[in-house]
This record gives sequence, C-alpha cells and structure tokens, in this order.
Amino acid sequence: MSAATGSAALTQTRQGRRAPGNRADGPSVWMAGPALVLFGVFAVVPLIGVAVLSFMSWDGLGDPVWAGAENWGRTLTDPVTQNAMRLTVVLSVATWLFQTPLSLLLGVFMAGRQRYRAVLSVLYFLPLLFSAAAVAIAYRALLDPNFGLGTALGISWLSQDWIGSPDLALWVVLFVISWSFVPFHSLLYQGGVRQIPKSMYEAALLDGAGRVQQFFYITLPQLKYTIVTSSTLMIVGSLTYFDLIFVLTGGGPGNATRILPLDMYLTGFRSYDMGKASVIAVILVVVGLAVSIGLNRFSGASKMDSQMEGV
Amino acid sequence: MSVRVARTTPNLFGGLAGWIWLAIIIVPIYYILVTSLRPQADYYSENPLSLPANATLDAYGQVLANDFLRYFGNSVVVTLVSTLVILAVSLTASYVVVRSRRRSTARLFQVFLLGIAIPIQATIIPVYYLIVQLGLYDTLWAIILPSIAFAIPLSVLILTNFLRDVPAELFESMKMDGAGEWRTLWNLALPLTRPAIMTVGVYNALQVWNGFLFPLVLTQSAETRVLPLSLWSFQGEFSVNVPAVLAAVVLSVLPILAAYIVGRRQLVSGLTAGFGK
Repeated sequence: MSAATGSAALTQTRQGRRAPGNRADGPSVWMAGPALVLFGVFAVVPLIGVAVLSFMSWDGLGDPVWAGAENWGRTLTDPVTQNAMRLTVVLSVATWLFQTPLSLLLGVFMAGRQRYRAVLSVLYFLPLLFSAAAVAIAYRALLDPNFGLGTALGISWLSQDWIGSPDLALWVVLFVISWSFVPFHSLLYQGGVRQIPKSMYEAALLDGAGRVQQFFYITLPQLKYTIVTSSTLMIVGSLTYFDLIFVLTGGGPGNATRILPLDMYLTGFRSYDMGKASVIAVILVVVGLAVSIGLNRFSGASKMDSQMEGV
Repeated sequence: MSVRVARTTPNLFGGLAGWIWLAIIIVPIYYILVTSLRPQADYYSENPLSLPANATLDAYGQVLANDFLRYFGNSVVVTLVSTLVILAVSLTASYVVVRSRRRSTARLFQVFLLGIAIPIQATIIPVYYLIVQLGLYDTLWAIILPSIAFAIPLSVLILTNFLRDVPAELFESMKMDGAGEWRTLWNLALPLTRPAIMTVGVYNALQVWNGFLFPLVLTQSAETRVLPLSLWSFQGEFSVNVPAVLAAVVLSVLPILAAYIVGRRQLVSGLTAGFGK
C-alpha cells in the first residue's frame, strides 16, 4: 500500500520537475567534468591528432610541418609496412583459430561443478597475473636452445633456436599469446556455459542426445554471444599485441614478427618518422573499429551491442 | 534414472585437454620459480627443471641491490593514484549518465563508449606530443594521466550498468529528504555500487601495474622507471644472469599474487568485467 502511494508521489514529483522553465532534472553535467576533461584531452584529442599528424612531417623533436598526402603514399607502398599488414592478418587469424576451440573446450570443462575443476580453474588463471614483459622474458629463457626446456626434457626437437629463426618466431609469438590470453577467454566461456539453463540439457537427455550432440545443439548455439564477444576481443586484441612481441622478439629476426603496432612504434620512435607512424596508427584505428562493428553487425544484436546501446 | 547415468559419463576429451593445459600453464611458472632460486653458476650445469641443488636467494639480493625498490615504489604510486582517480571520476560520470534526464548526457555516454573500441597504441604519438608540450615528459604524471583517460570508457560502462539497477525510488527518497547530488552520490550510490567499484578498481589496477607502452614512450630516466619497464632493462643489464632476471619477474608478480589470493573472486570478475556477464 504505502509503497504504491510512494511511487505515485514520485511520479508526480518527476512530472512536476519536468514542467517547462524548470531547471532540467538530475545532477549537473559538471559532475562528469573531470572524466570528460581527462578523456577528452588524453584520448579524444590524440585520436584526432593522429589523423592530423598522418598528413604532417615530424621527427619527434622539432615542430610538425604540413606534408599533404605524401606520408600515405610512402607508407602504403613500403614493403616493410605491407609485410607488417600481412603478418598482422596471419597472426590474428591464427590466434583466433588456435585460441577459440581451446578456450571453448576449457571453458566447458571449467564450468563443471567438480571440485578438482575448481582447483584447476584457480591455476589456469595464473598467467593473467603476469605482465606481458614478464611473460616474454620468461619465455626467452625457457626457449633458449642450450639451457631451456629442450635440454631439461631431453627432447632435441624442443632445442631449436625458436626465437632466432625467422620461420619459427611467429609461431612462438602465437603460442605465447595463447598462453597469456586463453585463460581470459576460457573464463568468458565458463561464465557463458554456466548461464545456459540446466533444463535444456535435461530435455536433451530425455530425447537421448549424447554429450557430443548436446555440445553442438545446445552449448554452441547458446554461446553465440560469448563467441562473438570473445572473437571481437581476440581480433581487435591482435591489433594491440605490442609489449609481448616487443620484449620477446623486438619484431625480429629481421622483420619476421614485425606486426603493425610494432611497425608503428619502430617507425615512430626508432626511425623518428612520426608522419609515417601516424599513418600506420590511423590504419590500426580504422581496422579496429571496422572489425568491432562488423563482427557485431554480422551476428545480429549481440550482447556487447545491447550493452552499448542500452543508453 | 537414466538421466543420472548419462550425467556422470566423464567428459574424456575435456578432461584430457584440461590436464594437458594445466601442464602447459604450470611448467613455465615452475621454471621461473626454480631458476630464480638457482645460483648463477649452476644455471649452466643443472637441468633447467630440476630443483636447485644449492638453492639461494642471491638472485633476489642482486635485484634488490639494483634499485628494484625504487621501481616498485614508482609502480605503487602510479597504480594507486591512477586507480583512485579512475574510480572517482568514473563514478561521478556514471552517476550523471544514470540520473540526468538531459538528452546531452546520452550523447556524452556514447562518446565514452567510442573509447572502448580504440586501440590505445594507435594514439601514442599524439599523446607523446601532448605530454612533451605540457612539460610532463619523464615524470610519473606522464604515465598516470593517459592511463586514467584510457581506463575511463570501460569503467564508466561497468559502473553505469550497475547503477542502473539501483531502484530510482531510492534516489528520489534521498532527494525528498533534501539531500544534494553529492550527498546522494556519497551516501547512496557509493555504498550500493561497492562490488562494481571493487571490480573496476582491481581490473584497472592490474592494467596500470602491468602497463608497458606508456612508460616506454613517455618516460626515460631510472628515476621514473616502473616495474614492467625495469624488467625489460634488467634483461639488458643482466643478460647473462638469467636467475636474476627471473627473480625480478617473481618480485614483480608477488603483489598481484597476494591480491589474487586475498580477493580471487573480485580479480576474476574484474578481469572479465563488462564482457563476461
């Protein structure tokens, strides 16, 4: 009773407040001022700035000078950058193909209520605590051809010069990225699996569906949104693997692991060609946005979308 | 009954993958730990995965003697200041987004959301220019300010989603009691969003603590060096002393590990924040 009257009174207050001429309802936008200023100055302005700088010539020290479209032509025809684009595509496709089935499998496994699985889940999480720099340093030592894992286990196949060989380095990068990020994605899948109603499985069992059929007809379709979210994060993420590769291989040997973010850093802060580096940065932003929007459109109104549109 | 039986058939494939993955996760971590306890001389002679015959903390001593504590302190300052500011400004911004009925606020929220899809790396060149122009290059502020800016979108998103679930009646009754917006924020929004605040705090603290690109580009001297960068420079200085490099790795993870042990749940939900639910 009283609750009902209360809410009726509230509706009245709201309507009253909306009367013309009244100060608009709710807190002043100024309360959001600090967040707006910080985000505006250090994120929005740089985002516009990078587009402007892609048309300027700057060595990182003096003042930027207008250069027109020259940087763009120079960058798009540069074989090093073209190679970086190719490597970025190869790496994002390969990391997706490798990580998605693995994370899905582990996520389903972790979602089980058995106690030992809970213990395993605690351990699976550990790689997420390490900084990318720490992971890269540990793997450099672990993959040493003379004093590393190959020697420890006596398996000569493991004693290759993993990081020093142009043919192997990219696959090492793929493995180390997966080591670092599969835990995160399997956590997403674990959460997704736990939200699937139990009754669906019970119904499937009554219909005589086996475990494999359950997986393909219930689990997989029900995880649609999780798959889209995880894939978006993986693919956009592969545009940002900088620190791990920087410390692990530095982009080498040669340019064998020089993916776009690394190409941008090395062009800008090693060759001091900020104009060209800005062109690469703009490409990264455009591709990142396109992938996020594309994947979410492709899948219909995804969960990420609805979260974002629930304004 | 048949339901019961089918239920308990073990998931052999998943189980196998689970145990293999465990080995893949644990072996490198075990390797880091045992190697950091190995005397440098034995590194070249002992089996890399064996327990050290002459376990020693020498490597840790060397790391600590090389200004490790200063880098550690820098990381603590950067992480604490960034996280506190992120929480304060994101909470007030989310409060405005949820409580204001102006059209312009919705627009504002969309601007923040744009930030989630931007790869941070891509703006590093203008950020560098800006930091140099502001005279902040090679100060801890050079790391703190951009770290805050890039954490705001996701933090506002999570806190906003959480604040929306607070019944509007609670806010209205605060208002009827004559409470101003700041008091409502402090006495109502803050306590009710505590779980979300913990999540956002833990998530951002981990991001800032492990951040590498901003320190690499925006600082230079040993005075402003933070931990991830110090690991990288240790690797250069101690290149032949692998136990010392790995001891530095262990020391850099210890605070996070302690946090993981104490607040595992918050950390897990913090890491999957905004995506998992």
